[in-house]
Amino acid sequence: MTAAAPAAPRVAARRRANVELGLLVLAVIVVLSAYGLVGLSQAPELPDDLFAYGAALIALATVAHIVTRRLAPGGDPLLMPLAFALNGLGLVMVRRIDFALAARAQPPEPLGPAQAVWTVAGIAVFVLTLAVLRDHRVLDNYRYLIGAGAIVLLLLPSIPGVGVEINGAQLWVRFLGFSFQPGELAKLALVAFFASYLAEKRQLLTVATNRLGPFMLPPARAFGPIAAIWALSLGVLISQRDLGVGLLIFGLFVTMLYVATARPAYIAVAVALFAAGGAFAYSAFSHVQQRITIWLDLWNNLDARGAGQLMQSLFALGTGGLAGVGWGQGRPEFIPVVSTDFIFSAFGEELGLLGATALLLCYLLIVGRGLRIAVRAPDEFSALLAAGLTIIFGLQVFIIVGGVTRLLPLTGLTLPFLSYGGSSLLSNWILIALLLRMSAPQPSAAAQ
Amino acid sequence: MIRPLRSVSLLMLALFGALFVNLNYLQVVRARDLASDPRNSRGLIEEYEIRRGAIFAADETTQIAHSEETEGLLRFQRIYDDGPLYAHVSGFYSFIYGRSQLELAMNSYLVGSAPEVFARNLADLLSGQERRGDVVITTIRPDVQRAAAEALGDRAGAVVALNPRSGEILALVSSPSYDPNVLASHERSVVVDYWEQTESDPANPRLSRAANELYPPGSTFKLVTAAAALEAGMTPEEEFGDPPALDLPQTDAAIRNFGGGLCNGGQPITLRRALEMSCNTTFGAIGLELGSEALIAKAEDFGLNREWEFQLPHATSRIPKELDPPQTAQSAIGQRDVRVTPLQMAMITAAIANDGVLVTPRVVAKVEDFAGRIIRQFPPGEPLRLPGASDAQAVDRLAAAALRDMMVGVVQSGSGQRAAIDGVTVAGKTGTAQTGEGRPPTVWFVGFAPVEDPQVAVAVVVEDGGDVGDEATGGRVAAPIARAALQAALAPQE
Repeated sequence: MTAAAPAAPRVAARRRANVELGLLVLAVIVVLSAYGLVGLSQAPELPDDLFAYGAALIALATVAHIVTRRLAPGGDPLLMPLAFALNGLGLVMVRRIDFALAARAQPPEPLGPAQAVWTVAGIAVFVLTLAVLRDHRVLDNYRYLIGAGAIVLLLLPSIPGVGVEINGAQLWVRFLGFSFQPGELAKLALVAFFASYLAEKRQLLTVATNRLGPFMLPPARAFGPIAAIWALSLGVLISQRDLGVGLLIFGLFVTMLYVATARPAYIAVAVALFAAGGAFAYSAFSHVQQRITIWLDLWNNLDARGAGQLMQSLFALGTGGLAGVGWGQGRPEFIPVVSTDFIFSAFGEELGLLGATALLLCYLLIVGRGLRIAVRAPDEFSALLAAGLTIIFGLQVFIIVGGVTRLLPLTGLTLPFLSYGGSSLLSNWILIALLLRMSAPQPSAAAQ
Repeated sequence: MIRPLRSVSLLMLALFGALFVNLNYLQVVRARDLASDPRNSRGLIEEYEIRRGAIFAADETTQIAHSEETEGLLRFQRIYDDGPLYAHVSGFYSFIYGRSQLELAMNSYLVGSAPEVFARNLADLLSGQERRGDVVITTIRPDVQRAAAEALGDRAGAVVALNPRSGEILALVSSPSYDPNVLASHERSVVVDYWEQTESDPANPRLSRAANELYPPGSTFKLVTAAAALEAGMTPEEEFGDPPALDLPQTDAAIRNFGGGLCNGGQPITLRRALEMSCNTTFGAIGLELGSEALIAKAEDFGLNREWEFQLPHATSRIPKELDPPQTAQSAIGQRDVRVTPLQMAMITAAIANDGVLVTPRVVAKVEDFAGRIIRQFPPGEPLRLPGASDAQAVDRLAAAALRDMMVGVVQSGSGQRAAIDGVTVAGKTGTAQTGEGRPPTVWFVGFAPVEDPQVAVAVVVEDGGDVGDEATGGRVAAPIARAALQAALAPQE
């Protein structure tokens, strides 16, 4: 290697890093303005801790930026600033909801401080991921360990004594006094496992030998893994009384299978299977029935469990209208569990259609960048990993935003980066770190 | 894998597209419905954050309505200090059923958001001051209101008393009444139960009979017929025949007098005596002689068929625009399809007392802020120019003077003697309107006092004969109520 050869990529990397820096400055400005506005809505002066808060935010941003510049040179310049902006805005909204709830006779424990700690932790795991995982293809070597880990994590909350039921869903475990949603981390592990498995079995699954109606199908044994995943996602759905994670895992697998094989037949079969499973769940479980009934005919089923929060969510969005009522001027506290599942509705009320659309565009940009990374990936595992991470991220946004806006039946999922919750925040920062890692030119690939 | 990735990109775009479309549907197309849905309490809570201004009686000390802070989600509780007594003036303020009467008409002042106070609100906003509603001061006199309500008792009907010079409404009573405090409750079930109870009550207690119910005026309408006759050149001493019945042209029907007798033993009767006795045959004949156009025109001069301005919601009184001769004769004695509100009859009476000039009625005298600075005044004694009229003169001065003179006779030696007050010259007119076979009559009394310098005009209506059924007449049932209201209004104020 001569000294002159890497000069061109280095210049490009520096330019990208500077773009990232500029966007990060913008993100910090947006978040701090939001924080100032929330403060002004509570009292006619800027919040006392604006400077402390601003300094902390700038410090975090600086660390995140320097680490990205050093450890993932030439990486995607949009991902980290977008995630940072969303995380910051989420933190502001969680604080803002604390203010609203503090006016109650028995105010609940404020969530803002905890979310601030989780944000720091999120940046830390982001840095850690980039630092430890210099080459993501290492993950390919631990395929079955990761797969088994994912299943254990997924089923952990269903184990009596370990799992805790919150808001009717069995999604949490209690560990050292912390409530943790292992499902959030399991999603990432599943993506890595699927990517690795499909990259290897891709040829086998692509060969069509059997005819079923208009479709040519691969050999029956190739369906084994699909059946297993189908059973797993339904099992999750049933044991944890939540449609969200099951739907997410299944949607992820089917889409990744399609990306790997380019055969729509898989999608058709899988959708039919899932529909059958869903129909079974509908007939067997009253809470699933209730969710569907509320979705189809909300206004005549307002007494049903869960209908009130959806109604309040729609009222919040309608009240927000085009431009919103303004930071701190809405009534997010009217929506039950607003800090987690329904945080998007709080944004819709205070920032209106314009603000809500801006947030969705941030997500869409992350999805777009993620798929771009997949398309440019040097190998099949990388492409499938990047695609899978992007798909699960995008699907989760779609399922929960669709749920709180009554486009889909409501399921309990967090909105990445905006919702309160440590598990969600940490796993999404890991997700961004992984995408960033893959977007940066790989040292070993360059050597080949 | 490029091709399936491209499909996945399109799928993601489609999914987000669906979110965008749905969000636009909710936040633009359906935004208004969702924001104003009665189950959406966001706007309501905002509204209840403001200390709504009080409503005062004319004495500026008697509170009709005020607001008190609570610990609840809705911060301020509306309280009606003497709820049922003023219910049809104040109206109600309910978080479910909205507002009525002054609570509705004066809402922008009561919440402190009227255009007049824009600059103040801006200053308050900048200095972090809490916004407060402004105070409405009415023209209602508690003594007159109470006397009228007590005289009416639990009979269904209404009393409207006003100063004929200034147009200030001194009393506006409708019976039966209701308690607006219950509708202002913050307890949903309490409000709904009471609303439904008052809704299904056949007596319809929430209806303001004073301004929103239309009644056949009966013989009180003879004042309008007499006004037209006097303006047409007749004098109070003009004589008419006294037939037992007035045959109506083109029909077999006839107009008979009350009780079926003669008015003057068959002898010629003067216009003056015919009004005192409330002689139907005479006024039917006058109607025929004047013709429908003159009668309708005079009724419209007094405000029937016309939209005129008042601070409270009110119904428009009416007379058909075309009348054939039998209808004209019957309308001239206040039967057939003539329908008036007690407010309208009080206005007609006040105009006669006020030299024939209609005065703009008002129930709100002024609006002040919480510190007593005047924000808006509604000047007294504004002539009321009806749409299409060149001035406020409903009937000419001389005719009005003659009418006043004749109306004194009604109280001194005619059908309205029970309205007489010792030491005060009272003018008036009774009315007893048939409302249907086998149904007791709607009875009326309209009048004013003192005749030399009118201070108060009043209209009283009692439905279904009050408590005496078929025996009821305006003179027997309504005149004493009018007398009580007049007397209260004329009593020296502290």
